[in-house]
Amino acid sequence: MKGLALAALAALVVVIAALCVGKYLISPADVFGVIWARITGGPLTADPTADIIIFNIRLPRILAALLVGAALAAAGATFQGMFRNPLVSPDILGVSAGASLGAILGIFTSQTVWVIQAMAFVGGLFTVALVMAIGAAVRRHDAILVLVLVGIAVETLLGSAISLIKILADPYNQLPAITYWLLGSLTAINRADLLSILIPIAIGVVPLYLLRWRLNLLTLSEDEARALGVDTRKLRLLFIVCATLITSAAVSVSGIIGWVGLLIPHMARFLVGPDFSRLLPASLLLGGGYLVLVDTLARTIAGIEVPLGILTAVIGAPFFLWLLATRERGWQ
Amino acid sequence: MTRILFAIIVLIFAVGDASARSFTDSAGRKVELPEKVTRVLAAGPPASAAIYALAPDKLVGWINDFPPAARPFIAQPYADLPAHGRLTGRGNTANTEIVLKLKPDLIVDVGSIDATYASLADRIQEQTGVPYILIDGAFLKSAQMLRELGDAIDASPRAIALAAYTESTLNELKAKIEGLPQDKRPRVYYGRGPAGLETGLATSVNLEVLDAVGANNVAAAAGKGGLTNVSLEQILAWAPDVIIAQDRNFYARVLKDPQWQGVPALRQKRVYRAPDTPWGWFDSPPGINRLIGVRWLTAILYPEQAAADLRSETREFYKLFYHVELSDAQIDELLKDATSPK
Repeated sequence: MKGLALAALAALVVVIAALCVGKYLISPADVFGVIWARITGGPLTADPTADIIIFNIRLPRILAALLVGAALAAAGATFQGMFRNPLVSPDILGVSAGASLGAILGIFTSQTVWVIQAMAFVGGLFTVALVMAIGAAVRRHDAILVLVLVGIAVETLLGSAISLIKILADPYNQLPAITYWLLGSLTAINRADLLSILIPIAIGVVPLYLLRWRLNLLTLSEDEARALGVDTRKLRLLFIVCATLITSAAVSVSGIIGWVGLLIPHMARFLVGPDFSRLLPASLLLGGGYLVLVDTLARTIAGIEVPLGILTAVIGAPFFLWLLATRERGWQ
Repeated sequence: MTRILFAIIVLIFAVGDASARSFTDSAGRKVELPEKVTRVLAAGPPASAAIYALAPDKLVGWINDFPPAARPFIAQPYADLPAHGRLTGRGNTANTEIVLKLKPDLIVDVGSIDATYASLADRIQEQTGVPYILIDGAFLKSAQMLRELGDAIDASPRAIALAAYTESTLNELKAKIEGLPQDKRPRVYYGRGPAGLETGLATSVNLEVLDAVGANNVAAAAGKGGLTNVSLEQILAWAPDVIIAQDRNFYARVLKDPQWQGVPALRQKRVYRAPDTPWGWFDSPPGINRLIGVRWLTAILYPEQAAADLRSETREFYKLFYHVELSDAQIDELLKDATSPK
């Protein structure tokens, strides 16, 4: 329990710190003054722009970062457990490639932001469904191996379609938008976006959370699980559907943010051990806190916005190597 | 007593109404603008150039800092305004909090108009509470764009003058090239990047100005679209009469590289580099900066038709649009590679 409490505390500290920093200087006292004024309905004491900054810009972004980070980390932990492989990230079955293709088609055909997000969401779900269908049709090899290989093949195929659209896109308007989408960002998040991802993420996370102890069974080999009387195929399908739903919802508003789904489950495992009933909540908390931290850096370290995908890798990779080199507790 | 109170309330609302005005932008969005606009933020480079030309005092910042070579071509103190990044769509690099820190009354974007930009504008407007308008930046609509922008940012007298210049530039061009047979219209290759092997296809916004001056883009044979890469062999097959270079390295290289000497443009010594300070004359960014490009291209592409003095035209344009009085040395610098190859 100590590990979980630590993760929760870290997330809380990061969120409060994130509320107080930004390019528009607002003192922490004013930040809480503005929030207090909103809660009590009292008069605004600070400058009115501070209210806009806190409630229209910082708060939606922080909440979105919490949700997206938690979603990606939970999906990563689920896939790593399910495939019994620590190198797996949530895009193993092509969800990111599918969402990217959907979003990029939306940008290429000049759709509204809402339609672009919807296309990304549907693209992610559709791609995983396709991978699962092909995987189910190929019955000659080990089921998990087939899924992973089909995922890689489909991802490569979609990747070349994405490259083709990038070549054809208008270099002034669409290409930068596409490049930026592929690197991930939470700049233009508003409250409606939060609501639209909260629902699918909740639908995916709640069953994962309730059935989290069962994932331990999937980390056993298929024969062992069968010996315990568990239908691993149904269970695996349920976990894949849930993890895909939350990943698709998260990337539909944020774009592709690499490394969170791969790195955070490892951090969580160092903190609370491999038991999935504690690993999932730890991943949710650490993932949310980590992305809030990274997004806060993205909007403060330079005069312009730094794409999240760049920062998650720059911060994540060295930290990951350090963990790997110095800690012993982990996968086993 | 209540009647008086009611009257006061009505009065307050009436005054509140009169202090805002409604503006319909090119995307059909109805936006309430403040009565007095004094601080305007440009969402992208074409908007920066247009706002700077119309009302430099109202501009709150640039998209990027100018390179040292471009700074002398921007009037002081405007060259020192802060850089805030691009705002929407085109790689949204601006930080929203920095945007608000600059306290703009209005955000303006000039460029192509579609549903993606309209919805991004709605978002930023909702997020920041600052009115955000989009104005169509198509080259042939430049005069209309200047008038609409002038109306929005309270700079109509300047806008009318600059729109008149724009229309006369395009009309003079039309008079010169109207009825010119196809074989008198040069076939042009526009080479971008250090290797010069990047060019624009038939409908590319990068070559909008070449279409406007009625010349033929050789790469149009390869189809419609945006920018693309081509091979030198392909360029030799197209055999363009004129090469326009965007990049200094490409310009220097093409004159010396033996591989390129087979292109007719080199044999006829018709290789030019588009001036790029403070903004490009040919395509980057796709804004009003291309108006001087029209006069320049008319002079180099139709030497028989054009009896114009490019030096005085350059001086006039920089004074009218960029608020700078060019020295002879500066004009030499601009036109050195742009008029006759060494």
